[in-house]
Amino acid sequence: MNNRLKRTALAAMIGLSTPALASVAYVSNEKDNTLSIIDTDTHMVLETIEVGQRPRGILLSKDHTKLYICASDDDTVQVLDLATRKIIDTLPSGEDPEQFALHPNNKHLYIANEDDAIVTVVDVDTKDVLAQIDVGIEPEGMAVSPDGKWAVNTSETTSMLHWINTETFEIEKNIVVGQRPRHVEFSKDSKIAWASAEIGGTVHIIDVDKLEQIHQMSFKVPGVNQDRVQPVGIELTSDGKYAFVALGPSNHVAVVDAQSYEVLDYLLVGARVWQLDLDKDEKHLYTTNGVSGDVSVIDVDELKVLKSIKVGRYPWGVVIDPSS
Amino acid sequence: MVFCNRLLAATLATLIIALPAQADTLTVRIGYLHWIPDQGPVLSNVIPAPEDSGLRGADLAIADNRTTGKFLGQNYLLEQRISDSQADTVAAFESLQKAGIDLFVVNAPASALTALVNAADEHTLLMNAGAKDDDLRTDECHPNLVHTIPSYSMLTDALGQWLNQRRWQQVFMITGPTDEDQAWAQAFRRSAKRFGLDLVADKPWTFDTDLRRMASKELPVFTQHGDYDAVVVADVHGDFGEYVPFNTWLPRPVVGTQGMSPVAWHRVVESWGAAQLQKRFSDLADRNMNNEDYAAWAAVRSIGTAVTQLGEANPTSIRNFLLGDQFQLAGFKGRKLTYRSWNGQLRQPIPLVHPRGLVAQAPFDGYLHPNSQMDTLGFDEPESTCRISG
Repeated sequence: MNNRLKRTALAAMIGLSTPALASVAYVSNEKDNTLSIIDTDTHMVLETIEVGQRPRGILLSKDHTKLYICASDDDTVQVLDLATRKIIDTLPSGEDPEQFALHPNNKHLYIANEDDAIVTVVDVDTKDVLAQIDVGIEPEGMAVSPDGKWAVNTSETTSMLHWINTETFEIEKNIVVGQRPRHVEFSKDSKIAWASAEIGGTVHIIDVDKLEQIHQMSFKVPGVNQDRVQPVGIELTSDGKYAFVALGPSNHVAVVDAQSYEVLDYLLVGARVWQLDLDKDEKHLYTTNGVSGDVSVIDVDELKVLKSIKVGRYPWGVVIDPSS
Repeated sequence: MVFCNRLLAATLATLIIALPAQADTLTVRIGYLHWIPDQGPVLSNVIPAPEDSGLRGADLAIADNRTTGKFLGQNYLLEQRISDSQADTVAAFESLQKAGIDLFVVNAPASALTALVNAADEHTLLMNAGAKDDDLRTDECHPNLVHTIPSYSMLTDALGQWLNQRRWQQVFMITGPTDEDQAWAQAFRRSAKRFGLDLVADKPWTFDTDLRRMASKELPVFTQHGDYDAVVVADVHGDFGEYVPFNTWLPRPVVGTQGMSPVAWHRVVESWGAAQLQKRFSDLADRNMNNEDYAAWAAVRSIGTAVTQLGEANPTSIRNFLLGDQFQLAGFKGRKLTYRSWNGQLRQPIPLVHPRGLVAQAPFDGYLHPNSQMDTLGFDEPESTCRISG
């Protein structure tokens, strides 16, 4: 009896632990057409898998079973099954998809089509194109508020944030920000949106209720020429303490007090840092460094860079699977 | 296919809806003046330059401005005039000014530009997208004239920095006979001094032989001169320069107006989002974007960026905004582009390219400047007598 119990428990443990493997981070390598899978415990690359051409934006389905990949040069969004690590499907995406965002309903995928000045909304279950919304030139950043009310697109050459009502798929507000806006990140309560302007060198803080800018930040990295300070990716801790801002070719990540908007520190990472993601317990921040072809791991408590992990050429996006 | 149709339908629908929606549209009219004098016959360059260089860049920028403008109730129109003489260019300019246009992009030689400046009303803003002459930036400035095309000295400084960085400092220069060749060579001599290069030979090109038969015989002898690290060619129109690479006495790289060249723009520039600009341009013009296209694009986009920020199209306001601290242009060169307040030149990185690839982009690390590293390229404020911002 006892033995049998033990054996079942053991089997169950093995059965559970085998597919889950270690906790993993996924990194898209823009110029290698691959995805690097990193073990977040050992900080080693477990596997490199081939995906479509010029993979850039990547995101997890809300149930953490699938990874969506913008294969920009294939004009498609690929669906990677995380259990088998195989591409199981593709979605219509419009031309040249670069970034996208999934609505909390786990169905509506908002895709920025860089070449067409359009945002395409696709139902990921039926593959229907629900809407195509005209936006400014070179739409890039996409975000959906955690409460599901707003989808925000940044258009790089038009230098605007387009606020799309997710019920009507219509633009309700355009906010002009600094030159070349790249990324939008919402606070967990959907009240504040952070938007980076790469060439402007600024981060714009937007009050979501009023749809107005309430603050504008700039950065000064010691010893780095000001025009190389180019904010791109933004990541917020869920306790509202920190915002991390990737500063592109300045090769630094800014640590910002998310309440006072004061810059606390600049952390040196790899060359041309673009995108960021926090791991499950928010102890570590991962950054993609395009030019040096690696991923830096930052200890969030200590605010120290722990390690860099060599990945493919021009790593673009990074996503950590919190359930793995 | 279904997807395509939907795409089309969606685009059409928004177009139809968008038109009547804007009641008080601000319409910004920009004049584009184009006069390229006949360059005469050239021997070595067998690939002709496109005749609409510059114009298509302006067209693309108008489209870019319109897409932005539709969210703000702004529309943009380009009035283009292509002339075949300086007098014609001035006449076209005067008639457009009479018609109420006070924003101009000009792709014409310096002499024509000076004639236009003299014929301009007090507030008319002229944007030079064609003349590279250094004089226009050092002595002959005008408060209402700005430049988006890089000057000769910006181009040659980029090359000078690169040669110094590679430690290819012993240079053999060949200069053609035209005024443009002389201006380019003069700028390079200054760059050589600035960046520690040694001109071991500085020879004028005087041969009038048909090099298509004789290149292999003439050039090795012509370039016989002790040792040197690189050959610099100053042949702006391509009369003999394309024959220099692979025909030098010593096995040395050829740089300058041929071989590897400093440029404002070239098809091989792809980083910093440039791939998108290249694609938008080739979809529109069915050819690759070149220096003049880029300069005209940057001029019209500068106006658009200023109008977006100002909410008006008054030429004096635009001029003051361009030369002020707030202006920045996302120009797909990896840095924000701004105007030099003393002479109205658009600061910009300079790519160094060969016909099928990008070699490097100036300014390079290690060439320091107290204000902007891009001001290591071209005449800096203390070297220019211009103070157009007062």
